Amino acid sequence: MFVSIALPVLTFFFILVVALVKPERKGLAATTAVILNAAISSWAAIKVLAGNPFDGSFYGGIVFENIAVQLDGLSAWFILLTNFTAITAILYGAQYLQHHHSHPANLSLHYSSYLLNHFALLGLYFIQHSLAFLFLWEVMALSSFILVIFEHGRMENLKAGINYFIQSHISIVFLTLGFIWVYASTGSFEFSVIRDYCLSTGKEAGLLLFLVFFMGFGIKAGFVPFHTWLPHAHPAAPSHVSGMMSGVLIKAGIYGILRMLLFMPENHLVMGYFILIISVITGVYGVLLATIQHNIKKLLAYHSIENIGIIGIGIGIGTLGNGLHNPFLTFAGYAGALLHTLNHSLFKSLLFFTAGTVNTVTHTLTIDRMGGLIKKMPHTAVLFLVAALAICGLPPFNGFISEFLIYSGLFNAIGSGQSASIMILAVIGLALIGGLALMCFTKAFGIIFLGTNRAENQPVIREAGPAMLFPKYLIVILIVAIGLLPQLFIGFLQNPVGLFTNIPVSPEVTNLTGLMNKISLSATALILLTFLLLLIRKAVSRKFAPVYGPTWGCGYQTESPKLQYTASSFVNPYARLIKPWVGMSHRNEAIADIIPRPLHTETHFFDKIESHLVDWPVRNLKAFLGKFKFLQNGSVQFYVLYGVVFIAISIAIPLIINAIQYLSQMIKQL
Amino acid sequence: MMMRVLSILLILLTSFFFTGIIVRTKSIFSGRKGPGIMQPMKDIFRSLRKGSVYSETTSFIFQLAPTIYMATLLMAILFIPFGNQKGVLSFNGDFVLFAYLLALGKFFMVIASLDTGSSFEGMGASREALYSMLVEPAFFILMGSFALLTGYTSFAGIFGALHFGSYISYGLGILASFVFITIALIENSRMPVDDPKTHLELTMIHEVMILDNSGYDLGLVLYGTNLKFAMYGAIIANFFLTPGYEWYFSVPIYITVQVGFAVIVGTIESFSARFRMNHNPQFIFMFTSISLLIFLGILLGTGKIS
Repeated sequence: MFVSIALPVLTFFFILVVALVKPERKGLAATTAVILNAAISSWAAIKVLAGNPFDGSFYGGIVFENIAVQLDGLSAWFILLTNFTAITAILYGAQYLQHHHSHPANLSLHYSSYLLNHFALLGLYFIQHSLAFLFLWEVMALSSFILVIFEHGRMENLKAGINYFIQSHISIVFLTLGFIWVYASTGSFEFSVIRDYCLSTGKEAGLLLFLVFFMGFGIKAGFVPFHTWLPHAHPAAPSHVSGMMSGVLIKAGIYGILRMLLFMPENHLVMGYFILIISVITGVYGVLLATIQHNIKKLLAYHSIENIGIIGIGIGIGTLGNGLHNPFLTFAGYAGALLHTLNHSLFKSLLFFTAGTVNTVTHTLTIDRMGGLIKKMPHTAVLFLVAALAICGLPPFNGFISEFLIYSGLFNAIGSGQSASIMILAVIGLALIGGLALMCFTKAFGIIFLGTNRAENQPVIREAGPAMLFPKYLIVILIVAIGLLPQLFIGFLQNPVGLFTNIPVSPEVTNLTGLMNKISLSATALILLTFLLLLIRKAVSRKFAPVYGPTWGCGYQTESPKLQYTASSFVNPYARLIKPWVGMSHRNEAIADIIPRPLHTETHFFDKIESHLVDWPVRNLKAFLGKFKFLQNGSVQFYVLYGVVFIAISIAIPLIINAIQYLSQMIKQL
Repeated sequence: MMMRVLSILLILLTSFFFTGIIVRTKSIFSGRKGPGIMQPMKDIFRSLRKGSVYSETTSFIFQLAPTIYMATLLMAILFIPFGNQKGVLSFNGDFVLFAYLLALGKFFMVIASLDTGSSFEGMGASREALYSMLVEPAFFILMGSFALLTGYTSFAGIFGALHFGSYISYGLGILASFVFITIALIENSRMPVDDPKTHLELTMIHEVMILDNSGYDLGLVLYGTNLKFAMYGAIIANFFLTPGYEWYFSVPIYITVQVGFAVIVGTIESFSARFRMNHNPQFIFMFTSISLLIFLGILLGTGKIS
């Protein structure tokens, strides 16, 4: 109860503070507000995870009436992961925005939207009332739109922002449809009536309702084919916002799907297959396109889609586990999905923050113009490397743990012969995702940080200050902690995952704690072994003074940064392989004269789904609507005429209907 | 515990003479006298005792990578069982960790070669990343197939439960061995995917990645190849070991399989030419589909289709 009053009061108070203080202090004020909000909500969440569910309601005025507020394990988990990224993002963002102090109004707007966004996200996890939920969802969408268009001076940022704005409202349309559907049948806005409605109505209607919700939440989460806003919005937003959006905002969609699944007592098998298949497609498609991106933030955005796919695979097999009555599958699936949600929020925000730091020194997002940053920015390089290893799902970092849980679930199902043919599909998908992610991040890390700089005008490169590195190291600590001590985090997951299982399930029951102990042992052993080998290496090579020379050029003597492999050349064999599945535009200038001039050739990859599903209909709609342009001719007389015609029609239609009724009655009487 | 360590000892032992046997086979087929079986190992020891030359372009990543590569390989062999004996580490889904450990090593080798800023090494890195990405699903499908067949989800469980005597499991063992041999050939960049003895950097995969490695680091990378071969050999041998019998029966079978594997690799290298680079993905897809066939076969055979 205290929480539901404290959060809005604090938020609005600090929005005022942010607006009033000097530009240099705005960041500090916003940070304080985020930390206070996070502390209060985390305190409530931790109490819930410890076993004290929180239930209540408050009067929301004449519109909302009684708003039910409830905290269970699922909400608590999402609140905690949202808070962590919200804090690290604002700590980093306050530093990142330092050179924008000359625009105090823009800065105030930005920080206020950030606070509102954080507040709306937290609220979403508390509220159990569909109207209030929609209201907060809208607040979240609007505030994040303002966050995205922070650098609105540039046209492409504004365009990306509007694209995001429209798509998030399509999401709201679907959600509204779903909630109104339930309201129309039950007369209540409470979430809990969804379950009653699903039980009372037929299976088919329940499934359709789920699909409507999945569409709505899926747009926010970025499931293929609803992912098209992500690769535009992330590069446009400032880096801390990209990290926040990719880390926690799209997870609101995942939360929504999970929350709705809790209210769906039937159709587990069908829903499970549906989520699993769409998630495999999402994951593979996301990473397929990520690998060929050369804009670092766009690349990361496509990786968010991939990771949503992985989370979805977890949710899918969890739901299937309920349908197949396999408690291990349920636990491994949901635990994997929830843990991956946390993991992704960690390494993806870290990747975006480091990408932001790189962007501020190189002034470009194109990785083909970078290189050799590791020598001047060792901290940033190591941070990026850790995040890259984690996102590839490599041990001993956190990404491996959640992917391992999902793999365990899949292989367990295969081992017990339950829908093995679908499961192996998911296994192939996950394996492909892993391999492609490895390729993509060796490319990203290798081209950005290693070798020598490829830029024509060598930028001045210096390491970010400690204030900027501090939040990133905070994230790394958690990444390593989850990787090395997964048994601890599996324990935390017991409560949220327990909501999904029909029968009480604990990690002990499914033997997962023992498994995680062994993983933890292996990870520690790997690190110790590496240190041991490094010691041996040091002892052996002590006898020799290291000799330095130029890179072996295979006989070629003239070194040049231009000779290095670029990101495009690195993925070239791969790009040729996947050409049939992604769109590629290729522009070649023909050789014209006897003595040819310098020629240019351009190759761009584009998202085929986007061009078919978004661009094509929009183009046609524009062409169709363009035919009615003559109506909007700008002369007032015509507009008055339209008004008169409209009034005449609205009077005439009832009259005509009456006349028809009268006539038909006459005919009947005859 | 004694028996658990046996597997590691055998793998390490095999790794010492594995490439030697390959080289010897090749020399016999080509009618040369050829070097002795221990020659590759002697070369490695010579490298290990030498100092290194580092490129000025490189960073600490380049010096770290071979060690991490070796560490991942040494960790990976801890998971390999020996007949009905578990590996040192064994748990459900251990082959997932096994595959991801190898991927970790590969990640570092790839970025180390990008660290030199050489276009040749970038070329090798690109190919290595691509082919290992394509190989990954085949391994998982295969392990999935055996999980489906046996109901176990760990190396030890699967190999312990593959009961021999039925023709089907022998047939499956041979098919799976074929896939594993191909995986080993690709992972170790041997013919017909890559030619370790080629003299043109443009056509190499693995060898071109390690152009700049020298001294101790080069020795580690070269030994890594041997170890990887012995590791895959050990997995293949596990298909043919006879659980239930004592070690005096298993060890000879194991050694026979390993030697046979080395001879097969040598024979392939003697009689086949390297594929054109763009044919390699097709080749990898081919045996990915073979492993899918194995899966479908088991699915039909066990009647677990649903």
